[in-house]
Amino acid sequence: MDISLMITSLPKLLSATVVTLKLLSLSLFFGLFIGLLFAILRLNKNIFINKFAYGYSYVFRGTPLLVQIFIIYFGLGQIEYFRSTFLWVVFKEPYWCAIIAFALNTGAYTSEILRSAFQTIKPGIIEAGKSLGISNKIIFYKIQIPVAIRQSLPAYGNEIILMMKGTSLASTVTLMDLTGVAKYIISTTFKPIEVFIVAGGIYLFMTFIIHNLIKFLEKKYSFN
Amino acid sequence: MELLAFGKTGWGDELFIATLMTIAVSITAMLIGFLFALIFTPLKLSKNKFLNIIGNSYTTVIRGVPELLVIYLFFFGGSGAVMFVASIFGYNDYIEINAFITGSFAIGIISGAYSTEVFRGAIQSIDKGQFEASQVLGLKKFAYFFRVIMPQMLRLAIPNLSNVWQITLKDTSLISVTGLVEIMRQSYIAAGSTRDPLFFYSFAAVLYLLLTFLSMKLINRLEIKYSRGF
Repeated sequence: MDISLMITSLPKLLSATVVTLKLLSLSLFFGLFIGLLFAILRLNKNIFINKFAYGYSYVFRGTPLLVQIFIIYFGLGQIEYFRSTFLWVVFKEPYWCAIIAFALNTGAYTSEILRSAFQTIKPGIIEAGKSLGISNKIIFYKIQIPVAIRQSLPAYGNEIILMMKGTSLASTVTLMDLTGVAKYIISTTFKPIEVFIVAGGIYLFMTFIIHNLIKFLEKKYSFN
Repeated sequence: MELLAFGKTGWGDELFIATLMTIAVSITAMLIGFLFALIFTPLKLSKNKFLNIIGNSYTTVIRGVPELLVIYLFFFGGSGAVMFVASIFGYNDYIEINAFITGSFAIGIISGAYSTEVFRGAIQSIDKGQFEASQVLGLKKFAYFFRVIMPQMLRLAIPNLSNVWQITLKDTSLISVTGLVEIMRQSYIAAGSTRDPLFFYSFAAVLYLLLTFLSMKLINRLEIKYSRGF
């Protein structure tokens, strides 16, 4: 056991944790909007819109995240026309490619979580709103969405942890996140166990924080 | 389409073999995972505090650490660990472990943590009366576990195990970083030599979708079989 290596690699790994946290928060932010959008589309009565949203979540949940990142990072650059559009400014950066892939992926899972939350809202709540003469729009934004968010908190907490683990794949597209730096240190020192303990410890600590944060929110917004 | 031709001109046969490799790794990993679950589920359910801690730390650590990090640990540390054990027995040459074994073990340990949670949940949700009834009937421990608890547990566990299978199948794509030629690695090679990454990675996505779709169909059948009478 090489304790001194563990101590010297800790600051490097901690500064890489910042990259991981940035990737995580940005992809969760965009992913939540994508998820909410597709959850609403799933509830639409039009069969084409409905099927489109279903197909989206099926494809993104049925393929590995690694494939999705590779298609976006390596694949899209191949289209000549695409490179001449303004979008190329974003897509040529591995950082943004990773975030887009993560956001699309977590968006698919989030849409499933939110959809099932919308479907389990008791009709009585909506009827109560209607009988009070509240418009449909306000019922949706002020009653259905807050209740659905509360319902989906436990499942969404799991999704955040899964996504945090997913950000490790950013290291495959040259980004130096926590896993990327850990791999670099392992491959230069050939001390996998020591580095694993430190990097794994940081990940576990983040899992622990997220887990407790969600628990706290669940308690705060519980119905009784 | 000629890119997918079989034989020397296309990548069809290579991708087909790579798909078989992905299936082989997934099944091996899943079975290794079951072995781990067989060890750790009793530990998690045990009344002994110390055993409990061991069981819980296995599932917590593995489920809280990225899969890729675990794979790197095995990839870089695997042969070192085996050589260390071999050196105790007086064998000091360099040993290289096959990428298939390292990969299936790494993914197996991950899938084992999820399987453990599934089995624990399934056993805990079996009615207490079943345990008591088999004790009253004087069934031996072995018979009571395999004849009474196991069949009921399987019925409850299969839907969740199908989720574990999906996770395991998708996780095998990560083994490509160790150089094992499965779908992802083969697509990477093909994309590099034809300079057509968009096509090959999209095709890889289609292959994975096909695998998840077909396995879902198969598992649904199993589910029906094991929930007869309910």
